[in-house]
Amino acid sequence: MAKALIEVRGACKRYGEISAVDGVDLSIGAGEMFGLIGRNGAGKSTLFKLILGLTPATAGEIRIDGQSVSGPQFRQVRRRLGYLPENLALYDNLTGLETLEFWGSLKGAPRGACGVLLERVGLAHAADRRVRTYSKGMRQRLGFAQALLGDPALLLLDEPTNGLDPEGIRDFYRILHEQRARGCTILITSHILAEIQERVERIAILDAGKIRALGAVHALRETLDLPLTFELRIPSEWRDALHSSLAHLSLGEPVIHEDRIRLQIPRAARMAALAALAPLLERISYFYIREPSLEDVFLGQSA
Amino acid sequence: MKRGEGVDVRQIVVIARKEFSDRLRNRWVLAATAIFAAFSLAIAYFGAAQHGVVGVRSLEVTIASLVSLAIYLVPLIALILGFDAVVGERERGSLDLLLSMPLTRTELLLGKYVGLSAALTCSTAIGFGVAGVLLGSSLSLDVLYHYGGFVLSAVLLGLAFLSIALMVSTFAMDRASASGAAVAVWFFLVLVYDLLLLGALVVSGGQVGANVFPYLLLLNPTDVFRILNIFGLEDVRTLYGLATVFPDRLAHPALLGAVMLAWILAPLALASWRFRK
Repeated sequence: MAKALIEVRGACKRYGEISAVDGVDLSIGAGEMFGLIGRNGAGKSTLFKLILGLTPATAGEIRIDGQSVSGPQFRQVRRRLGYLPENLALYDNLTGLETLEFWGSLKGAPRGACGVLLERVGLAHAADRRVRTYSKGMRQRLGFAQALLGDPALLLLDEPTNGLDPEGIRDFYRILHEQRARGCTILITSHILAEIQERVERIAILDAGKIRALGAVHALRETLDLPLTFELRIPSEWRDALHSSLAHLSLGEPVIHEDRIRLQIPRAARMAALAALAPLLERISYFYIREPSLEDVFLGQSA
Repeated sequence: MKRGEGVDVRQIVVIARKEFSDRLRNRWVLAATAIFAAFSLAIAYFGAAQHGVVGVRSLEVTIASLVSLAIYLVPLIALILGFDAVVGERERGSLDLLLSMPLTRTELLLGKYVGLSAALTCSTAIGFGVAGVLLGSSLSLDVLYHYGGFVLSAVLLGLAFLSIALMVSTFAMDRASASGAAVAVWFFLVLVYDLLLLGALVVSGGQVGANVFPYLLLLNPTDVFRILNIFGLEDVRTLYGLATVFPDRLAHPALLGAVMLAWILAPLALASWRFRK
């Protein structure tokens, strides 16, 4: 991992008896794209607020590029941050351009950057329209443009694709890719796990304020020893033969979906399962092996 | 400053500019100005209608009537303007994004106060000023000087209540409780406070609290405003019982102005403390 840009050491946040964040240790390298996942109420947003310095930690320390988020250098730290909150609230009475100019003035971003950013997120045509006339997707695009003001070194994106249509999601990840290419560090949360599993380098699974798992998605799959999914198509008169050849592996009940059969195969038994299927190869018209998804990792970890 | 860094005036200006332009755009300034102007003109022209006369008779009497009006109206409008300044941002969900910017909570609060103050000052000065200008042609410069004093004190009264409104906004959990608290503040300071003081004085036959009574009046910005105006006008001093219990030595405009300034600064300081907690 490159030099750490975000360092969280023993961070705790308590509200009375409730621990929203409980002893979190996290180190995110410069230029890394990191996914933070967890159920609603797992502590993701609170951790974001701690990293942003919006709420003081009950215990622990958070540093961005070696500097405290609430220390004397907080202005320099925050000028390098871009933040898109989960529940984005914009000022309805402002136009798209005025919105960016307002946030840009606070951030010290050049005024000329606002028009360029609107163009980049596909809102140039609506620059002079009041935000109250924007659709949910347009608001989200504007919020993203706001986060990009000042070419931040760190982007904190909380459920950033909420409300975006497929084209919007594609544009969003294209811009995110450009940001990564210029060395931007990205911390992202999403409840659409399939969407981020191929894009993040590492993830942390947060549950009840604690990090339950941390690492690359493929490494977590291995660690959790989640089963592979074999999906195949075989004529119905050969299904009994299929069951017989796999019987010695003591697998669970297969799931039949339309004309396909899905089998959960323990990772250790995958070669034995393939060997058992070999005699039926000529009868199998379709065969696919699926690795556990990030969703499986998440659910497996939660279980 | 908790963060060990001074106040950045540029950030205050950015917030203030937005607050002020918001109030211009949504026609708040226009509406409040129209209300102040309409009431002041109505009182100036029709204030003596019960005596069968219409038109301006004495600006001093008009000022006395306007003081009574301003005591009800200015605090109410200031409280309405400021009660959701902070809690509204929190409830809408825009506060987190604001606070993720390179500005302190104190700067945000001051920016809001300055912007809203500008809107309120414009409305009060123009609204009451219009009446002064229209009446001015028929009256002496000395009386107009007093009218200017009345407008200035009305602005200060508004700023004091705006400061209280921002304090309420930082303490309240949501907009509903903030509006309830703002109404309670208005009700207590404008309607109940003087009644309690006078009641205590009358019931005790002037024995209880007579010495501290003038000082207790200074604990209410509406009373400070009233004293500021009635002591400057000989014709109306006698109309107010208040003048008889308030000593001349405390009725100095500079002292009363300082008290009003304290009423602006103290709630703001408390709001800043609460907001930073």
